[in-house]
Amino acid sequence: MSDLNTFRTEARAWLEANCPESMRVPIRSFEDIYNGGRNPEMSHPDQKVWCDRMAERGWTVPEWPTAYGGGGLSKEETKVLREEMARIGARPALDSFGISMLGPALLKFGNEEQKLEHLPPIVRGEIRWCQGYSEPNAGSDLASLATRAEDKGDHYIVNGQKIWTSYADKADWIFCLVRTDNTGSKHEGISFVLFDMATPGVTTRPIKLISGSSPFCETFFDDVPVLKKNLVGEEGKGWTIAKYLLTHEREMISSFGAASGKKTLGQRAVHNMGADVSGRLRAGTLRSVIAQYQLDTLAFGATMEKVTAEAKAGQGLGPASSIFKYYGTELNKRRNELLLSVEGESALGWDGEEYSEGEIARAWLRSKGNSIEGGTSEVQLNIVAKRVLGLPDA
Amino acid sequence: MSLVLNEEEIMLRDSAAGFLAETANVEAFRKHRDNPPPTGFDQALWGSIAEMGWCGIAIDEAHGGLGYGFTGLGLIIEQMGKNLTVSPFNSTVLMAGTAIAQFGTEAQKQEWLPKIAAGEVVMALAIQEGSHFDLEGLSTSVLAQGDGFAVKAEKRQVLDAMGADAYVVVGKDASGYQAFVVAADQVSIRDQSMVDARSSGTVAIDATLSADAQMDIESLNKGGLERALDVINIGLAAELLGVSVEAFERTVGFLRERKQFGKVIGSFQGLQHRAADLFAELELCKAIVLKGLRAVDAGDDLSGLASAVKAKLAQISQRATNEGVQMHGGIGMTDEYDIGFFIKRARVLEHTLGDFHYHLDRYALQGGY
Repeated sequence: MSDLNTFRTEARAWLEANCPESMRVPIRSFEDIYNGGRNPEMSHPDQKVWCDRMAERGWTVPEWPTAYGGGGLSKEETKVLREEMARIGARPALDSFGISMLGPALLKFGNEEQKLEHLPPIVRGEIRWCQGYSEPNAGSDLASLATRAEDKGDHYIVNGQKIWTSYADKADWIFCLVRTDNTGSKHEGISFVLFDMATPGVTTRPIKLISGSSPFCETFFDDVPVLKKNLVGEEGKGWTIAKYLLTHEREMISSFGAASGKKTLGQRAVHNMGADVSGRLRAGTLRSVIAQYQLDTLAFGATMEKVTAEAKAGQGLGPASSIFKYYGTELNKRRNELLLSVEGESALGWDGEEYSEGEIARAWLRSKGNSIEGGTSEVQLNIVAKRVLGLPDA
Repeated sequence: MSLVLNEEEIMLRDSAAGFLAETANVEAFRKHRDNPPPTGFDQALWGSIAEMGWCGIAIDEAHGGLGYGFTGLGLIIEQMGKNLTVSPFNSTVLMAGTAIAQFGTEAQKQEWLPKIAAGEVVMALAIQEGSHFDLEGLSTSVLAQGDGFAVKAEKRQVLDAMGADAYVVVGKDASGYQAFVVAADQVSIRDQSMVDARSSGTVAIDATLSADAQMDIESLNKGGLERALDVINIGLAAELLGVSVEAFERTVGFLRERKQFGKVIGSFQGLQHRAADLFAELELCKAIVLKGLRAVDAGDDLSGLASAVKAKLAQISQRATNEGVQMHGGIGMTDEYDIGFFIKRARVLEHTLGDFHYHLDRYALQGGY
């Protein structure tokens, strides 16, 4: 324990000395989140300063091994570091798909050369990654993807199209699922490759969403050369890596539902619409719907708590974990619908100070995608029915 | 406390599951339903339950119990739900036992808790007046008479009313809540067995009770009654969980077997998605029931939790049992098939001490809206 205390004292002193004041204010918009990359987007120049300082100690990704630029910290030390950052209100120095998605996949499936080449630039925020998975004709049925990689000896030539590629227009490199073999079942013959988005033949086109923002792109590959050293894992065995990452992604998306403001929905509704003498919200039918939402949120929280506790106790990841993505995203959609009911006219605002630039409406529209991206709710239910309940295919 | 069962708890649950599946299962329930004993329960089974020490599991050692905790009790009750076990366990141990432990006088605790723990007595909780459980609307009349009290009340939906040796009677007069321990010879009972074919009835009291029959009025009125009811409702939710999970598992088993249109009906996506969604809801139920049980043991404030647990289980037990009948189709409507037993038991449990609407309303009020 004393080692941990020493670590805490040192971390506290270092953070005090090195975290710029401007990086100790809460994140207010997407621009405040630093994603790094060759041409980083910043709302404040200190974002890069803060990232560089943290990266020097490997603290942008504290748990990765020092050999790959990480902090080499234990779980306990990482927790202490996060606590100390929270104490002074320090923002995360770097947030990226490299950290949350590609990194874990490379650590598990990559060879030593690939780890040494790609992980340190992720830690330093020098390279921003995007994920090339979905295609126009391979959404829920991802394994039917058709982007082809033709074998040319020491390299592949990639042709095809991806869609819903998050921030492809801003990313430097892509981790991409391509088809290297057409002869077996659709799950075979998929390979996991890495390439530079600046390679000739790669073009991107942002897609404007109903929420007004454009976080996703169409991405086109026209005779793109990819060196074979950038194949992760075995040729034709990319589906294993894809599945691993999808599980990872689903866990991230399910946590969207956990967000909560200071006042509960019910209390905000009372504030806006009034209560009767007994303290009950006047809008009686809305009251029931809010209570039902809160009830399910409480029960969902307990479920995550239970699954975590069971895993920690060595009882393994129970079948309950298979419902997280489905239930969490559906809950989040319900919450956003209820916010519209509770806030009324002001929630529908799109532009202008008074409406906080349409914050509620944009979040509401964006939430609709939660149950589509990373496997639709319907696909999640298929998985539960087949894998957990043992119901047969049609 | 952590939401994971420890080894000892898993052993307790598994041994309860094994014993009940063998001796107090759905087949035994059907026999009971077709030929009910006059006291409303099987004495031999009740004796075995007492012998295993289950009755004293949540009662503290100072009062003759094992002091093992409420989570253990909940695990046993859940298994009773799965097996549709008929016994006066809920009425005696969960309901009367919790009430006495929460707001009995020390003398009453000394007198009754060791007997409850040993399974030597059958007791029942008499509280509801009228068609719905309504704590604020209680209106028992209580008059001081000499050293004692003249009490007049009619209590409905008293579980295990027929076979009880004594009753915990809770009511209200101008000064606040009132509660008494009343012997069986001081009440008259109208047997009104309900849809679940268990013993239940209306209990009428019009009697003069001695002063020592009165329970600890101060603790009763200072949160003791609410806490007792919260604890009991979490226990009832544990039984609802057992009923729901068993109904669901039987239904999924049926979906895997039954063939129509030349296919197993479980291969149809319309049914698969409903089953998968119900599975998700039942996983939430398991977690929130365990959270409730742990909160009782930790002595946590149950406001905002107990009604949530009961409301959630009330709602999902409706779905699980309704889907159970629907997905079984015509055979689910027959008396010969067992799935109908689960829907009946689920509703009686739900309506005991407040149904879905009652608890959702209370949960919202406790949340400040």
